[in-house]
Amino acid sequence: MPIVSRHRRAVSVATAVALGAATLTACGSSDGGDQAESGPVSLTYWAWAPNMDKVAALWNQKNPDIKVTVQKQASGDDLVTKIITASKAHQAPDLVQAEFQALPTLVSNDALADISEEVGGAKDKFTPGLWQQTTLGSDAVYAVPQDSGPMMFYYRTDLFQQYGLKVPTTWDEFAATAKALKAKAPGKSLTTFSSNDAGLFAGLAQQAGARWWTTEGQKWKVGVDDAATRKVADFWGGLVQEGAVDNQPMYTPAWNKALNTGQQIGWVSAVWAPGTLTTAAPDTKGKWAVAPLPQWDAAKPATGSWGGSTTAVTTDSKHKAAAAKFATWLNTDPEALAALVKESGIYPAATAAQTGGALAKAPDFFANQPDFYARAAAIAKTTAPAAWGPNVNVAYTSFKDEFGKAAKVKSKGGFADALTAMQAATVADLKKQGFEVAP
Amino acid sequence: MSGLASPPQVRKAAPAAGTTPGASQGPPPTRRVALLPTAALVLGALYCLLPIAWVLVASTKSGADLFSTFTFLPGDGFGDNLADLSAYRDGIYWRWMANSVFYAGLGAVLSTVVSALAGYALAVYRFRGREAFFDTILTGVLMPPVILAIPQYLLMAEAGMTDTYLSVLLPLILSPYGVYLGRIYAEAAIPMELVEAGRMDGAGELRIFLRIAVPMMSPGLVTIFLFQFVAIWNNFLLPFIMLGDDERFPMTVGLFTLLKQGAGQPALYTLVITGALLAIVPLIALFFVIQRFWSLDLLSGAVKS
Repeated sequence: MPIVSRHRRAVSVATAVALGAATLTACGSSDGGDQAESGPVSLTYWAWAPNMDKVAALWNQKNPDIKVTVQKQASGDDLVTKIITASKAHQAPDLVQAEFQALPTLVSNDALADISEEVGGAKDKFTPGLWQQTTLGSDAVYAVPQDSGPMMFYYRTDLFQQYGLKVPTTWDEFAATAKALKAKAPGKSLTTFSSNDAGLFAGLAQQAGARWWTTEGQKWKVGVDDAATRKVADFWGGLVQEGAVDNQPMYTPAWNKALNTGQQIGWVSAVWAPGTLTTAAPDTKGKWAVAPLPQWDAAKPATGSWGGSTTAVTTDSKHKAAAAKFATWLNTDPEALAALVKESGIYPAATAAQTGGALAKAPDFFANQPDFYARAAAIAKTTAPAAWGPNVNVAYTSFKDEFGKAAKVKSKGGFADALTAMQAATVADLKKQGFEVAP
Repeated sequence: MSGLASPPQVRKAAPAAGTTPGASQGPPPTRRVALLPTAALVLGALYCLLPIAWVLVASTKSGADLFSTFTFLPGDGFGDNLADLSAYRDGIYWRWMANSVFYAGLGAVLSTVVSALAGYALAVYRFRGREAFFDTILTGVLMPPVILAIPQYLLMAEAGMTDTYLSVLLPLILSPYGVYLGRIYAEAAIPMELVEAGRMDGAGELRIFLRIAVPMMSPGLVTIFLFQFVAIWNNFLLPFIMLGDDERFPMTVGLFTLLKQGAGQPALYTLVITGALLAIVPLIALFFVIQRFWSLDLLSGAVKS
């Protein structure tokens, strides 16, 4: 969709111009001036999860005094831009669905309200690694986690058996497995390094312990090229250079075909992979299994997250308390979570909902692995903390440009250079936006 | 290559004694097939038509076949795809289609009216600052509408009109390119003598415009209408920014929500492809209907010089 991406670029440029400099510590008002209201209130909610309107209908049935209207949107950076633009004009809806990595961008544009008083009690329903991402390391709380994407390793059981491969538990074993496969079947690959999906790389770096954005006093510190990330980049750069893994981007027809025909026999992905495999590789049903991501340190298992979103209340909302109440219900109430799983097909962030209910049974595509969600829940508990900053989109765009080039020429040195370039682009953009950046 | 090799022989043979050049037997002389330009044009045509062929074929495939069977092998799932698309969220696709027809139809009509009035005025009346005014509008032609979407949104927000049908319609009514075309057409098609004659006969200015100018400008106005209709039909950014309520989305923005459902959700490719195919049907129909108006050329005027 070249047209869309061209528009997207235009939006970001235009907003960057329109917004000018933003401040680091933006404080949403939490004065609770809406506590004493009476009569029914009406809330609008921008969300992209399928069938969210049906879940909201459950709430509306029980809470006639707070009516929530869902307005379905397209996910992604474009929506972040749209929310920020609406917020500048004080036209934002009361509630928005926002990905974890978009929260700092929204907060630094003063679009999200601090709802710590209203939702603070829900803290222990989520793993600390997820909750921490909604606080941005402060005392404030800017959102309630909704779904998460703990990363896992998927592999073809039949082909692993055929080639006598063992499921790798560490990244060293992973590299050895990739090479062993190439030796036995040169036309096949264990997985691909996709330079189209910055979220995957960010998750892998997160697993290794990277902290891409941190604050130092009033300054941002960018660690895109920190030691942990460098380790990850070198690892994948080495595999790509040797030709041990494929270098084609994901989510293309060619990649779908590679999965469907068994040319790619494994996939480093996240909990939502069954849905993707169902459409991308329909002929491989029942032939896949899930395992934890290979580890850097087997003694301290960790995983990253790829995807995942939250429900946030905007500063424009005139009914913040009511909106926060809905956000809490939506993401912690058992009935709401069951509906989210069933209707919207999300993987809930709330720990209690990750097993049982609709998730007691494995997805159809993984019928051969009945304990799919029990395994997933165990992996989800090991989610490493993530550190997002106000210009994740810039870092991601730079990732696509730089790593795209490096992956094409299959050069390990190119991967290192790409990371350096990504760091530089991220820092330069922060400065341009008017943030102070610590060296 | 053979086309390049043969002409020299023909030329050598032509001036032979005793024969008249035009009456020689055999193939007519130097009938060059312009291979390179033809090949370039064929490539260009393929470049434009292949994606459409792809959409056409892909819309007949079921979700399972979409990426697994040969690209240009038609499937038998078109009926199912159509039914799925119509069933999706209680048929909201057809609502988006109706919205698109509304935005593009009414928007193009209003924009054509404004362009005709402004173009006629700029062509026929002499007034102070006419050229300055026209030049200002011309700069608007150079300004991509994409750049204006966010300022327009902020203006609409000031007026409290965002997220309404009007917020998408109003910014589309003034089209600099339409005004530009309107003036060009009016200058070419309307002889001043005719306007003068109308005035002599006591017709008012509005009457002259409606009864004399508009019929003469109509081929041009049809063009403006069509340009505007297609532009609004394909417009993405303005409605994307202006509208929050998905019930008011045009098709472009609506289909986008099917593609981007979040990381964990598979994109609804089959629905989007079928929806995209249906989206070009009204445009093609419009072209067929309007084609006949184009056959009236700009010279069908009333004055012979």
